[in-house]
Amino acid sequence: MAHEYIPIFIFLAVAGAFPIVTLIAAKLVRPESPFKEKLLPYECGIDPVSDARGRYTVRFYIVAILFVLFDVETVFLFPWAVRFRQLGMFGLAEMVVFLALLIVGYIWVWKKGALEWI
Amino acid sequence: MSYLDQTLHLFPETVLAVAGTLIMVLSPTVKNARWLGRIALFALVLALFGSHVSYHHGEYMGSAFDGLVTNDAFAILFRQLFIIVAALAVLSSFDYLKREGIETGEYYALILFSVVGQGLMACSTDLVMIFIGLEISSISTYILTGYRRHDARGIEAALKYFLLGSFATGFLLYGIALVYGATGSTNLAAIRAAIPQANGPLVAMGAALMFVGMAFKVSGAPFQVWTPDVYQGAPTPVTAFMSAAPKAAAFAMFLRVFLTGLTPAAGYFWLLWGCAVLSMFVGNLGALMQSNIKRMLAYSSIAHAGYVLAAFTTRSAMGGAAAIFYLAVYSVTNVGAFLVVAHLAGKDESTVAISDYRGLGKRHPVLAACFTIFLLSLLGVPLTGGFFGKFYIVTSAVAAGLPGLAIITMINSAIGAYYYLRVVVTMYMEDAESPAATPAVPASGTLVLIFTVIGVFALGVFPTMVLEWASQAADILK
Amino acid sequence: MIPVSWYLILSAVLFVLGVAGFLIKRNVITVFMSIELMLNAVNLSFVAFGYMLGDYNAHIFVFFVMVVAAAEAAVGLAIIMLMYHNRKSLNVDDIELLKF
Repeated sequence: MAHEYIPIFIFLAVAGAFPIVTLIAAKLVRPESPFKEKLLPYECGIDPVSDARGRYTVRFYIVAILFVLFDVETVFLFPWAVRFRQLGMFGLAEMVVFLALLIVGYIWVWKKGALEWI
Repeated sequence: MSYLDQTLHLFPETVLAVAGTLIMVLSPTVKNARWLGRIALFALVLALFGSHVSYHHGEYMGSAFDGLVTNDAFAILFRQLFIIVAALAVLSSFDYLKREGIETGEYYALILFSVVGQGLMACSTDLVMIFIGLEISSISTYILTGYRRHDARGIEAALKYFLLGSFATGFLLYGIALVYGATGSTNLAAIRAAIPQANGPLVAMGAALMFVGMAFKVSGAPFQVWTPDVYQGAPTPVTAFMSAAPKAAAFAMFLRVFLTGLTPAAGYFWLLWGCAVLSMFVGNLGALMQSNIKRMLAYSSIAHAGYVLAAFTTRSAMGGAAAIFYLAVYSVTNVGAFLVVAHLAGKDESTVAISDYRGLGKRHPVLAACFTIFLLSLLGVPLTGGFFGKFYIVTSAVAAGLPGLAIITMINSAIGAYYYLRVVVTMYMEDAESPAATPAVPASGTLVLIFTVIGVFALGVFPTMVLEWASQAADILK
Repeated sequence: MIPVSWYLILSAVLFVLGVAGFLIKRNVITVFMSIELMLNAVNLSFVAFGYMLGDYNAHIFVFFVMVVAAAEAAVGLAIIMLMYHNRKSLNVDDIELLKF
């Protein structure tokens, strides 16, 4: 029973050691010359002016909702791909119908202006 | 059987889904949404006609898609009921949506999608398929509930319906998972065959969880709390639609799952009995205290769910037929009643208190007469469909050796008389101090009223036509 | 080899946590997350039973449940956004226009 967990422990050990070893190795190898600009969050570009946890415009939520939908619908592609040979033409036709329906949804979203960034 | 043949088993659903998708694509470009509503109506008529032909010629009947769906008398009866209810709702939405300034094509598409889901619920013989049908129907209805999106009450109703509906879905799904684990299948016939050898407690727990989910969907007490709020906040034509079609569909799945699939797990009798009795009392006593007509009808719909559950409690073919017949009567009557309310609701649903109906008998005699007929049918007066509905339920309860349940049903009908007749008295005996303008009934509304009134009387005078069909449908469940 | 019953117990615990969250939490988004937790607990049960029975259909059910949950999430978040727009609050105790 316990020996089944050995790979997990090895994985944990490697995962834990990786950042420690790389950070120490980098510290030993690199030259150090810190100055003010280098310590800014963005070395080039505009300085951050406020807290990151502010209020977002509502457009982000619409994009997020649309993303969730279209992202999750593609989950059906995986079982179809696994059984592609056995399902044959019927499976292909079904998948074309399914994707066509998704595209109809996409066209609707587009025409309704939900993708316009006002 | 070719795939085309199998798809034709689901002809109504296919037609409605295609029409709904078409409406969605057209809606951003077509300016006059009324045309999209007409497309929806045409699709509904076509679906009705198709299922009628398939039933009477016996074509494309039986199971398809590896036993996922079955096209039988039960499925077709319920499907035609949903389609008729949806068509009536679409017809009466034309003027309502225009008055509220929310006439868009998506409304009609959502009604079609909702009917697709309900049709699948009625014809599925597999728990997962039933679940998918339920969700198609529910999600469309959540959106329809919040269709008046600038109205705080509408959104609140949608939010309540959505949160409590998904909560109930969770229970239903967990029940499905447990039954699947105990029996090794989601097909209702296979579950029925496997139950005697299955793990008893697991099946019982799964059945109880599914019972909770389904009792919620049919708004049976003690899972009815959402009903009055949602019915009040939703646009009235949507309330008309969802008090009939999704509710009848939920009962269809309830009957199919418990009578076909879980019959051998007989331990749920007292659950059903308790839910039926509690729903009747909660619904009728709640309705007594309402001053808003939509809330009153919502409580009355809880009571009606109780009557149907009472017929269901008998678990006999006769009780099943009584339940199905009652659902048909109730749907037609309730849609008619809510559509009268929708017509009289005024801009932003400002006149929906019972006191706003004072003097309606003088202001608009035809509308008042129609409303009276619907209320009397809900009450169960002879010559209307409601009478035979209640009569069959009481007879089936007595025949099944449950006289107590029959007596409770009759006591509740008597309580119902008070609040239904109170509205009739308000319409005819009281005079309004400052009568609101009564708009003339448009052509589409007249058609709806004629159809529902004829339906109520036809079911009350010639009940055997539908009852025979209902018995045939109930026999399939055994 | 981990017995299947452990997965089922974990799934039951998660489901009960979801139910408790639904009943106790006051923020609409948290309430909604509790519902998602319930659905995912069921998914775990499905997969565990499918493994026990050697039946791959269970995996497909999980896909269906996931997609349904996503559709529900899209509709639910849209309704919650409208509610916030309208009421400037996400507390379920403020949902009180419609009551007896």
